[in-house]
Amino acid sequence: MKNILLLICKRIGASLITIFVISLIIFIGVELLPGDVAETVLGQSATPETVEAFRKELKLDLPPHVRYATWLNHFVHGDFGNSLANKRPVAELVNWRLSNTLLLAMVTAFIAVPLSIFLGILAALYRNTLFDKMISITTLSFISFPEFFIAYVLIALFSVQLNIFPSLAIIDDNMGFFNKLYAIILPSLTLTCVVTAHMMRQTRAAIINVLGSAYIEMAEIKGIRGFRIIVYHAFPNALSPVINVVAVNLAYLVVGVVLVEVVFVYPGLGQLLVDSVAKRDLPVVQASGLIFSIAYIFMNLAADILSMLANPKLRQSNF
Amino acid sequence: MIKLLRQSPLSARIGMGILLFNVFLALFASVIAPYEETSVVGDVWESFSGNFFLGTDHIGRDLFSRMIYGARNTVALAFVTTVLSFLIGSSLGFIAAVKGGWVDQMLSRIIDAIMAFPTLIFALMILSVVGSSIPTLITTIAILDSTRVYRLSRAVAMDIEVMEFVEAARLRGEGLWWIISQEILPNAIPPLMAEFGLRFCFVFLFIASLSFLGLGLQPPLADWGGMVRENAGAITFGIYTPLIPAAAIACLTVGVNLIVDWLLHLSSGLQD
Repeated sequence: MKNILLLICKRIGASLITIFVISLIIFIGVELLPGDVAETVLGQSATPETVEAFRKELKLDLPPHVRYATWLNHFVHGDFGNSLANKRPVAELVNWRLSNTLLLAMVTAFIAVPLSIFLGILAALYRNTLFDKMISITTLSFISFPEFFIAYVLIALFSVQLNIFPSLAIIDDNMGFFNKLYAIILPSLTLTCVVTAHMMRQTRAAIINVLGSAYIEMAEIKGIRGFRIIVYHAFPNALSPVINVVAVNLAYLVVGVVLVEVVFVYPGLGQLLVDSVAKRDLPVVQASGLIFSIAYIFMNLAADILSMLANPKLRQSNF
Repeated sequence: MIKLLRQSPLSARIGMGILLFNVFLALFASVIAPYEETSVVGDVWESFSGNFFLGTDHIGRDLFSRMIYGARNTVALAFVTTVLSFLIGSSLGFIAAVKGGWVDQMLSRIIDAIMAFPTLIFALMILSVVGSSIPTLITTIAILDSTRVYRLSRAVAMDIEVMEFVEAARLRGEGLWWIISQEILPNAIPPLMAEFGLRFCFVFLFIASLSFLGLGLQPPLADWGGMVRENAGAITFGIYTPLIPAAAIACLTVGVNLIVDWLLHLSSGLQD
C-alpha cells in the first residue's frame, strides 16, 4: 500500500511540474514575441503614448521574472488581470463561461460513458457478427469526421428537418435546469458521437483481449451464459484499460468542446478563447488557455492513478 | 509494386480512389474550375443548376469552383505541414535513439512537456501571439505534430539501433549522419509510412478545424474548413451548402484512413 501511495505522490508531483512548465511556456510565449507585444497588438498606427500606456497595463516595464512571479501569484489567487478588449476583469468573464463548459462536458459524460461501455460489451459479445461490423464502421467514421461535420448533420436533421431541437445553444442563468438541458442537447449529442466512438472501441478491444484467458474458457465449460461471463468475469479484469480510456476521453472532451461551442454559439470557455485569440486579447487567452491545460492534465493524471489502482501490474512500474 | 496494388483489398482501393481524385483536382484546379476562385458570379446561396453545379456561396461565388480550389489549398497545406513535421520529428527521434544519454533525455523531456499540453489550445495560444499567416500556421502545426512523430521514430530507431549491422557501422567508425541516413532510415521507412498517412489525416483535420474557427487560412482564399464557417448561417434556412465542404473533409480523411489500415496490415506481416 505504501508503494502505491509513493507512486501516486510521484505522479502528482510530475503533473504539478508539468503545470508549472506550461505556465512558464504560456508566459514566455508572450515574452518571445518578435518585437514588442505592445506594438504588435496595437498595430502600426499606435502613437508612442498609447504604446507606453499599454506597456504599463501589461506591466511590461518590469523585469521578466518579477512579472512572472506576480502573474502566477495573481493567477493562483483567482485574479487574471483585465481584458484588453473591454477592460472587464478576466475572472468575471471566465467564471460564468467555465461553469457553462463544465455543464456541457458533464452532461456529455453522463450520456457517453454508460452508452459506450454498454455498446462495447455488446460488440464484444456479438463480435464478428453483422451487428459488430455495423458498430465498427459507424464508430470508425465518427472518428474520422471533423466535429463540425457531425454537428451540422445533426442540426440539419433535428432542427431543420424535424424542428425539435434548437440549432443555437443559447443559455442564461435565469433558465431552469431542464431548459438548459434542452438548449444544449445538440452540442452534447455531437460530443457524445465523437467520444463514444473512441471509448466504445477501446472497451470492445479490452474485453476481447481478456476473453482469450483460461478462466473465461473455464467459465464457458461450466456452462455459464455469454452475457454473464462478460459482465462478471471479463469486465472486472478489463476495467483498467477501460477506466484509462474513459478518463483520457474526458480529458479530450474538455478540449473538444472548443469547436462544438463555436458551432452552436454556446457561451463557454472555448468560445471565449477563440474570440480572444481573434481579438488578440492576451490576458484572456493566457487565463483560459491555462485553465484548459490544467483541466486536461488533471484528467490525464486521474486516468493514470485510477488505472494504477485498478491494475496491480502497473504498480510496480517506476517512472 | 503493381502486383501489390493488384492484391489490395476493396477498402484500400476506395481510399486510393478518393485520394487520387482529390490530388487530381488539386493539381489541375485552374483547368477544371469553371469560375475564378474569388470572383462573384451569381446570387447569394443559389441552388444547384447547370451554371453552378453546387450552387453559390454566401456572397455569390461558385461553390463548385471554390471546392476545387479549396482542394488545392487545403490538401497542399496539409501535405507540406506533414512533410515538415516528419523532417523535424524523425530526425530528432533518430538522433535521440543513436546518441542516447543526455541528448535523448533532454529531447524526450521537452517533448513530454509539449505533449502534456492539449494541441488545439497550444496552437490557438501560439497563433494569438504570432498572428495567423500561412508560414506561421505551417510551422506551428508541424512543430506540435512532430512530437508524435518523434515518439514513434525514436521507438523504431531504438529497435534498429541494437542490430549487428549498426554495430558494425559504428566499429567501422562511421559518423552519426551516416548511421542515420544509411542504416536506420531505410529500415524505419515501412512503419513510418503508415504513420505518415495517420499524421496527414490529423494535420488535415487540424487545419480544417483552425480554418473553421477563423484562425487558419484567411479569406478570400478558398479552404474547406473556412467555407463551412462562411456558409454556416445557411443551414438554419434549410440550405445545405455548409455540409458540402464538411463532407469533402470527412470523405478525404476516411479515404486516407482506409489506405492507412491496409498499410498497417501489410507492415504487420499478417496474411489472410
